Amino acid sequence: MTDYFQARNVSCNRGGRCIFKGLSFSIQNGDALILRGPNGSGKSSLLRMMAGLTTPVAGELVWNKKSIAQETFFHRNRIHYLGHFNAVKPALTVGENLAIWQKLRSNGLSVRQEEKKALERALIAFDILHLADLPARLLSSGESRRLALARLLVNDALLWLLDEPANGLDDSSRCALEEIVSQHQMAGGMVVISLHGPTKLKNTHTLNLTSNANLK
Amino acid sequence: MKVFLALLVRDLRVAVRQSSDGVMVLSFYIIAIVLFPLGLGPNPQTLASLAPGLLCVAALLAAILSLEGLFRSDFEDGSLELMAVSPNDLAIQVFAKITAHWITTGLPLILVTPFLAFLLNLPIQALLTLMLAMALATPSLSLIGAVGASLTVGARRSSVLISVLVLPLYIPVLIFAVSAIDAVLLTYSPKPHLMLLGAIFAAAMPLCTITTTVALRQALE
Repeated sequence: MTDYFQARNVSCNRGGRCIFKGLSFSIQNGDALILRGPNGSGKSSLLRMMAGLTTPVAGELVWNKKSIAQETFFHRNRIHYLGHFNAVKPALTVGENLAIWQKLRSNGLSVRQEEKKALERALIAFDILHLADLPARLLSSGESRRLALARLLVNDALLWLLDEPANGLDDSSRCALEEIVSQHQMAGGMVVISLHGPTKLKNTHTLNLTSNANLK
Repeated sequence: MKVFLALLVRDLRVAVRQSSDGVMVLSFYIIAIVLFPLGLGPNPQTLASLAPGLLCVAALLAAILSLEGLFRSDFEDGSLELMAVSPNDLAIQVFAKITAHWITTGLPLILVTPFLAFLLNLPIQALLTLMLAMALATPSLSLIGAVGASLTVGARRSSVLISVLVLPLYIPVLIFAVSAIDAVLLTYSPKPHLMLLGAIFAAAMPLCTITTTVALRQALE
């Protein structure tokens, strides 16, 4: 069965200022939606809206013909949201940080053994396994970002919402990230990703958010 | 339940490894109490009659100190966003955080109270009631304080704002805690006062948790 994630004439206001309006798109399994636009054009606001953190002032976001505002629980179950901040607790070790996020999203049904394996796989995928027992305060900013990204792999979610995920990453980590996103698409997942610069992702749709100077 | 425990353990771990808030609260409490005999003079009768009020007010002010950090770091490092988009109920996670806050700040206060009570020459027969009153009052302080902390989480320099918001709401807790101890000293039963403290706690548990949850969601918008 194909899933559809759509926006219908979505508008966004922040602090009384119109950020964007009348935005529409539609993606399905295997697609990647790339958000492009200058700073302040509403990429993060749109992603936060998709995550259900804010509600659109007009229009709606729809998953399989059902508005996400009406089924927040199901929607939260199918998304992974990665914001600007890494949510890394400096006092905890890398492994502990990751385990917390895993438990935060767990539905209580998963088996402990499998959870452990998923943790390890995620640490390997972003090449931070050797740091697993280190307190996170010792990480560089790129390493914390990788730790935040590793969260994507510890639980399954259909829709990944990534807000400039490549910030602070070196070239090889960028490649690893693209590889992992492609694998997610191949497995039938969807990705919404805000990016600056080129990308090698396939099946992409690009949504250009213009500067909001012309919107009043 | 799993999520509750996971977050509780996380917050306790962070608190133990950084050990800043809990230690600060505790040392403020002890220092404040130790200062009173110096200011009021060493007359044992005066101290004994003032002891219930001093202990409760100092505990209350100490509790205020730690509130600012309750949601602040989670808000600033993005953990709160993750908690809000987690499929598990935010209220459970908030309750876990409040519980962890009580364990790291309220519980140490209760544990040092008997020593400080001796210091203020509080009659020994009031000690049990004092402990009971503290045990019932400090969770309410954490719960009510969480509402203030969540409302001011986005604001800069929120500590003053929290005090202004929360201290008036602490008044009922203060009144019943002090009157329970006074009742024992006047050889009445402290039971009704303790029951009222329990009632405040029981009411605050759901009400404050829900209010805090709503305020945090608002802060994230």
